[in-house]
Amino acid sequence: MTSAISISDLHKTYANGYQALKGVNLEVEKGDFFALLGPNGAGKSTTIGVISTLVKQSSGKVSVFGKDVATNVYETKLDLGIVPQEVNFSLFEKVGDIVTTQAGYYGLPRALARERTEKYLKKLGLWDKRDNRARMLSGGMKRRLMIARALVHEPRLLILDEPTAGVDIELRRSMWEFLQELNRNGTTIILTTHYLEEAESLCRNIAIIDEGRIIENTSMKKLLNKLDSQTLVFDLRDELQEQKFEELAIPRSKLVDVHTFEVDLGKDEDINGVFEHLQAHKIAVKAIRNKSNRLEQLFLNRLNGA
Amino acid sequence: MLSNYRFIAFETILIKEIRRFARIWVQTLVPPAITIGLYFLIFGNLIGRRIGEMGGFDYMQFIVPGLIMMAVIQNSYANVTSSFFSQKFQRSIEELIVSPVPNYVILMGFIAGGVARGLAVGFIVTLMSFVFTDLTIHNLPITILVVLMTAIVFSLAGFLNALYANSFDDISIIPTFVLTPLIYLGGVFYSIDLLPSAGRIVSSFNPIFYMVNTFRYGILGSSDVNIYWSIGMLCVFVGILYTICIYLLNKGTGLRH
Repeated sequence: MTSAISISDLHKTYANGYQALKGVNLEVEKGDFFALLGPNGAGKSTTIGVISTLVKQSSGKVSVFGKDVATNVYETKLDLGIVPQEVNFSLFEKVGDIVTTQAGYYGLPRALARERTEKYLKKLGLWDKRDNRARMLSGGMKRRLMIARALVHEPRLLILDEPTAGVDIELRRSMWEFLQELNRNGTTIILTTHYLEEAESLCRNIAIIDEGRIIENTSMKKLLNKLDSQTLVFDLRDELQEQKFEELAIPRSKLVDVHTFEVDLGKDEDINGVFEHLQAHKIAVKAIRNKSNRLEQLFLNRLNGA
Repeated sequence: MLSNYRFIAFETILIKEIRRFARIWVQTLVPPAITIGLYFLIFGNLIGRRIGEMGGFDYMQFIVPGLIMMAVIQNSYANVTSSFFSQKFQRSIEELIVSPVPNYVILMGFIAGGVARGLAVGFIVTLMSFVFTDLTIHNLPITILVVLMTAIVFSLAGFLNALYANSFDDISIIPTFVLTPLIYLGGVFYSIDLLPSAGRIVSSFNPIFYMVNTFRYGILGSSDVNIYWSIGMLCVFVGILYTICIYLLNKGTGLRH
């Protein structure tokens, strides 16, 4: 099966001598919803830059649907849609014109370009803003405009570089639904994000990049299974004093305040043991939650070499 | 199919460029019309009446071709530098770089935009000149050829300037310190006969001097230079500047890291 993206031994050293990529190897299957994670400066945007030809690679090979981007420039670009991290459209142009113009760059005749502009501006809730200048849009709208622009030529592969950064929760959820629908319809999606909850909810496979190298490349399920322990937070209905909490004698637990305590639960332990202690002392639990996002915990473990 | 897609991409860039300078017409079309109108009024009409004839024509008739050419040169250059550099500055040029548009189509699109604005302003200035003098065209093909080639040359030069520019200062230095002196010393306001021999030699190294005189030949039928030599030189300039621009675009100068 041909990969949507195949990167082998990719190196990039900038003119100032900074080595951004030190031999990146990565495969993303067709139809995948893939997360590329990494701290700031890890090489995520440089990798995307090389795929989109905005950044010149120092060495290595990048293929899109089996075609080398260096030798099949036009074919590979037709398959690619890029949503960059920062706004990169003219703020003085009209929203509709930005999308229609982009369609023209991909050779879409005027009538089809207008049709697609309407289709994607409507899907992303921007159709009523089509005659507004782009500078009048809110931050979230600008991000949606970049997605509409990247989709206007209907690429088989969509790469989004932190698409929901600074976007409110409601809008983020609606963007997730939109991206999931797009993926169900066959578009391969690669996502970089700082919201690990986003990667965990959306993506099937994941790679972690750090200091220009891929340090983890696996399925989300396998990665989450690697988690040795998790911290669960119990919110209590009634007050629980420290003395009574000590009487409970729950292993590896800590009282946070009179309404809350935490328990570290090992990979093979179950939660029933905790409930047995609580029921014995007639303590009612209002809610249970994970202290931190599971992926976030793994991500930090991996970066710290744990 | 592929050539059709390239044509659509070219057309898209050109439409975008025309829409841009038409949208900001107060900055792009009105100022040159006012400036050149003042030249007509002050130099051509008020002072020109005292000067009398120049090169066998009324002074007003003599300066009209030069002033049209000045408008064409300044505006075709300014359109490409400001548009291309603004797109670099706002990073909207990335829209083009990530798309499959070949570099030569990108270059031709911006050049066509520069030519469009140069000719639009040249046309406005020509219409204004009818208020001050009767203008008949001596040789229409030469007139069109020279104005078109000049607009292409200065659009290409503007593109080169914008490719290297890193700040807005970088796109104003060349027009202020190079282009304006070359235009004013390029025979817009005087005939080469007025210059001492050293001045004539210096003028012979000024490419704008040839362009202005060849255009003047197209309109008035009189020139200080050999028009075929001038046209040949324009062709060489177009060839050299086009080759440099394409080389730099392919290399990614100023655009790709």
